[in-house]
Amino acid sequence: MRYMVMHYQTQDAEDWIRPSPETRAAIEEYMREAAMSGVLLSGEGVFPSSAGARVEVTDGKVRVIDGPFAEAKELIGGFAILDVDSLDEAVEHARKFALLVGTERVDVRRVVEAEDLR
Amino acid sequence: MNAANIDATVATLWRVESPRVLARLARVVGDLDTAEELAQDTFVTAIEKWRQDGVPDNPAAWLHTTARYLAVDRIRRRDTQRSKVRLAAATSPQGVEHDLAELVDGDLADDLLGLIFMAAHPILSPDARSALTLKLVCGLDTEAVARAFLVPGPTIAQRVVRAANIRFELPGPAERPARLAAMREVIYLVFNEGYSATSGDSWMRTDLCAEALRLGRMLASLTPHDTESLGLLALIELQASRLKARTGPDGEPVLLMDQDRTRWDHLLIRRGLAGLERIDQLGGTAGPYALQAAIAPCHARACQRSLCMMWRPTSP
Repeated sequence: MRYMVMHYQTQDAEDWIRPSPETRAAIEEYMREAAMSGVLLSGEGVFPSSAGARVEVTDGKVRVIDGPFAEAKELIGGFAILDVDSLDEAVEHARKFALLVGTERVDVRRVVEAEDLR
Repeated sequence: MNAANIDATVATLWRVESPRVLARLARVVGDLDTAEELAQDTFVTAIEKWRQDGVPDNPAAWLHTTARYLAVDRIRRRDTQRSKVRLAAATSPQGVEHDLAELVDGDLADDLLGLIFMAAHPILSPDARSALTLKLVCGLDTEAVARAFLVPGPTIAQRVVRAANIRFELPGPAERPARLAAMREVIYLVFNEGYSATSGDSWMRTDLCAEALRLGRMLASLTPHDTESLGLLALIELQASRLKARTGPDGEPVLLMDQDRTRWDHLLIRRGLAGLERIDQLGGTAGPYALQAAIAPCHARACQRSLCMMWRPTSP
């Protein structure tokens, strides 16, 4: 089964403050270990919201807003797709990443695969 | 959290963390039997402590710290025994001083490679290697391994019994290629067991493919410049990409040219093709797995009535 693990931004990340060298080294080491675990299928990080935009639709009317947006903790910071056997397993991976990267929130959601649609 | 929830969490953690815990323990204490015993102790201690104190915020870290402590403790006791024996035998009275911290902390990649080499040890039969790999490197319990191979639990237990005396050692450059080849063979056998299944619960069989894929990814990440490891992974990812399209609604096999391509797994195809590119960058296809992987996309594309991909042979 595949799970998408989405971590949310820290205020520092939104403010373009790079993590400390220690944190960066720890994240690199974590990514290396995650690759070794064999469950990591893909993953990406995203830039702070000031480099992005938002499309809001209200009553059929579309509004496009440029970043930055308030509420760092409501904004996605990146995601990974894991190949695991259960939600519980995905949660344990997410937990480690959350503590490491210093985020307040990591959402874990099951990925819809072709056969789920039939 | 009640006891049942804690047990479930520990069981999940066994799956996720035990290979790492076991690998390091095996390196530190030297033999598989002791390593497995200490790994069990670590997780049993977790259940006992967490029922009192709750699950810690970072359970993985807790487990690794506890395992480390148990390993150091075991080595100290072992050394004390040896010192006593030496004194009793009136040989050198000096004890052996270890820099234990240095001994215990090591590189995870080396530890996992060591574990993989133990599981695929030449002293074991191919059946035993597969069973031991699923057990130690994938963190499956004996029952799950037995279900995967459609044999009774005691059969698996019998197969792995010879493994107890295997020692942790990283093979030297002369033996390494053969030992890596043995592991690749295990992975490919496990994959084919799942891929070619014509009997048994089909859900179980795709699980075997999934384990093989994870093992393949692990090996590729541990030996990132080894074109055969990369080739094996690319091959099984490309083959696995068609798993869901290979059977029709009544379970009948569907030939490649008749498959519904919307049921192909495009994430796996992308990964497989990316793997082939990396092999190219490393100097091209030389071994059997890399070659088979290079041919794999052609089978699929040759069946497309439109474009035909030119297979570019790479230098030998």
